This record gives sequence, C-alpha cells and structure tokens, in this order.
Amino acid sequence: MRMIPALLLVVLALWQGVIWLGDLPAFLLPSPLSVVRALWFNRAEILHHAGSTLAEVVLGFFIGAALGAAIAVAMGFSPKLTAILRPILTFSQTIPVFALAPILTLWLGFGMAPKVAVTVLIVFFPVASAFFDGLAHTPRAALDLAQVMGASRGRIMRHLRIPAALPHLATGLRLAAVYAPIGAVIGEWVGGARGLGALMIHANGRMKTDLVFAALLVLSVMTVLFARLVALVLARLWRRYGV
Amino acid sequence: MTVVARVRGGAWIGDVPLFAPVDLTLREGQWTCLLGPSGVGKSTILRLIAGLETGARFEGEASHDRPVALMGQDPGLIPWLSVADNVTLGARLRGTLQPVQAKPRAAAPIEGATARGAAPPSGPSAEELIAAVGLTDRAQNLPDRLSGGQRQRVALARTLFENRPIVLLDEPFSALDARTRIQMQDLAARLLSSRTVLLVTHDPAEAARLGDRILLLRETGLTEWAAPGPRPAGAARPFDSAAVLEMQADLLRSMLA
Repeated sequence: MRMIPALLLVVLALWQGVIWLGDLPAFLLPSPLSVVRALWFNRAEILHHAGSTLAEVVLGFFIGAALGAAIAVAMGFSPKLTAILRPILTFSQTIPVFALAPILTLWLGFGMAPKVAVTVLIVFFPVASAFFDGLAHTPRAALDLAQVMGASRGRIMRHLRIPAALPHLATGLRLAAVYAPIGAVIGEWVGGARGLGALMIHANGRMKTDLVFAALLVLSVMTVLFARLVALVLARLWRRYGV
Repeated sequence: MTVVARVRGGAWIGDVPLFAPVDLTLREGQWTCLLGPSGVGKSTILRLIAGLETGARFEGEASHDRPVALMGQDPGLIPWLSVADNVTLGARLRGTLQPVQAKPRAAAPIEGATARGAAPPSGPSAEELIAAVGLTDRAQNLPDRLSGGQRQRVALARTLFENRPIVLLDEPFSALDARTRIQMQDLAARLLSSRTVLLVTHDPAEAARLGDRILLLRETGLTEWAAPGPRPAGAARPFDSAAVLEMQADLLRSMLA
C-alpha cells in the first residue's frame, strides 16, 4: 500500500512526459492537469451523474446478490435442481452483457431499470457460484454428526451449511462489488442520459476527452470505495464465521 | 445378554473386498473394541451401524435398535459456536434448543416446554457436562482457542448431551499425545460407564485398557479375543498392569502376523 503514491506519481510523470515529448493533441490524450481542470469545472454535472450510477450499482448489487444467494441455496438443497440450473447459469455467462444491454433497454425503457438489470446480471453469477461452492463443501465430520443427531435438511442448511459457506459467499460478494459498476456503466452507454456511462459517451462524441477521463477517474474511485466498503462490512458482520 | 446392534455381511469397494463377511454384535452395557490396522474397514462397520454413507458396497444387514450417538477422530466442532453451544449442537439441529432459563420457578407450568414441542430435558444439562469434562472456565470460548485434548473433551460432552444408549467412538483419541490419550480414556470410561459402546481403534493398548470384548479385524476376517480380566466399573484398566501389557503385546503380534 505504501508503494501506491509513488507509483501514481511515476505514472502521472510518464503521462505528462509523453504529452510534452510527443506533442499530442488534447482530444487524443489530455494532460493530467486538463483532466483535473475538467473534473473541477464540471464537478456539479459529474457528481449528479455519479449519483445516478451509484444508485444503480447499489440497487443492482443488492438484488443480484440476493438472487445469486437464493439460487445457490436452492441448488444446495437439490442435486436435481443443480443438474438443471448449472448448465443454464454457465450458458448465461457466455452471452456478453454488451449484447444484452440494448435488448434490456428496448424492454425496460430508458430509465434506471435496464441499468439495474445489467448490474444484476453481472453480480449474481459470481455470488451464486462462490456461495454454491461453499455450500457443497461443508466439513464431512459436521454433516455426519448432524445426520446421526437426527437433524432435518432445513436445519442442517441453516445451522451448518450456510454459516460454513459464508467465507465463500463473502468472496463472491467482494468480487461482485468490483464488477457491479461495470454493469451499470454498460447499461448507461446503451441508452439514457444519466449516469457516468452516459456522460462518457456524450463527452466522447464532442471530443471532450478530458471530461471522459475525469468521469472515468470518478468511476474508478467510486468502485474502489464501494468494494472496500463491502469488504469492511462483510468482515465486520461475519468475522465469527472466518470471513 | 441383549444384542442392541449388529452388522452382518461383507463390503466391497468396486470388485475388491474391503472386509470378508463378518458378524459383529454390540451387547447392552458393554464396551466392544474393534481393533485393526488402517484400511481394513473398521470405520466402515461403525458407519454402517450409524446409518452413514460409507463409500463401499455393503451386502448384508446393519441395524441398531436403540438411538446412537457418534464421536470421531475429527471432533467436528463448529468453529463459530462456543464450547457450550457446541455441546448443545444436537438440540439446535433438532430445533429443541431451549432458551437459557433464568431460574426454574416452582410455579412455572409444566406444559410450557412441551406445548412448544420441545423435548423434555432427559439427561444432564450442558453446564453439568462441561463441568464433568473439566471445561467450565472455557464454556464461552470458541474451539480455536482450545488444545486438541480440550476439543475432544468438548466432543465427549456433546456426545453425552445426546444421552443415547449406544455410543459409537471412531478412533476418538488417535490424534492425541500419549498422556492426553490416557487421560481421555479414563474420562470416557467413567462418563460412558452405563452405555453400550463401540470403540473403533488401531491402538492395541487402547483396546486392552477399555474393551469388555475385543474384536480384531483383519483382511481375513473378524476374530474375538478374551479381554484381560474384568474391567473395574466405570474405569479403564491400568495401562501398566501386567495383564494389559501382555494383551497389548499379543494383539500387536497378531496384527503384524
């Protein structure tokens, strides 16, 4: 972590150096300084768009996580259901979200819904697969005991399998938190006028490359903070379970 | 003497026989020690009695006509539950865990507990059992704070909390150091004195100390050995008595043969 500021300085210096030496036009590669300027002069607009994106990210993350966790538990209960759902889940991941986003916009309109839907699509898979993996690997000794003790399948799920799989679920959620903003931005690229993705497309069309970079910067910072927050909350909530 | 559990038949893994056809019975109130080298199917026999998945193909019958409790080499403690909660795990898993009562009031209606479908308290309380295995000051600790011997003590208390007439012990002390193992054998002999016990072990010394009956399982089948004299009630035989040491040597010889 202590290396990061130094690394950042090196990158910024290289960036600025390339612009000076290569004499590049600003619409190809804006200087770091002009990005900061764009960020400052458009702060109100950027903040407004970032707010929309954040709302989509948070909503999509929670819906996608709940959906993914529910699917994992259902599959954990039933090997038959697993045999049916697993290939479908894997297949669903072979369809690029980029291809789905326009269709979702067609179906759900230009509001928030299609963006949230794309985020949900991106979030639920890592959550479902990581959680299911954990549910399928409860320590044998504990399961044997539970069976001899006369536990029902529901109570074994609730008291043994789910708590034992929480570290796996947390891994899925942390991964999903990093991916969630990508989903929202893809949705925004395709349709609508709000959100950092829409701002980027708009700015790019007007050759305002510095504004594109500024929006990108805000998106990155937002993603890092969101992922960090999710990780912190999970560690707080589930420390007892080895998260 | 009443037979309370029985395994009769043979087991195969694929086409390879795991053990030749055996006829093993557990008699009420006795410790039956099933001794043998690793890989001859001792644990499979125990799992057959418990009704657990074995991974082998079994042809024959396995039955028990009293409820069983299980304790294995892996204590199987739940890492996120305290010692006390691990001891009452069975009640939690059956949905009969009663909230901790402040004080049993004389006026409390008896039907309160039964009306909620909770099983009436049949055996000693978790608190008493934790005291019996000497872990009272550890009751609120998580298992990762305990030593290997202490974990097996918790597992023993949990097994006793189940209060089942038949207790199946699957190499419960194998992973312990020599001194802790002797102490655990003494403790188990005392606390499980009234039960029917199947002790699966690969340690001839353990079988010689604890067995009322000693059964040796080898690839060729099951043979019964006369125990080295009667066992003192509720205790293990002294590990250094001549009879025990001699028995240990005899068993080891035939395991090596």
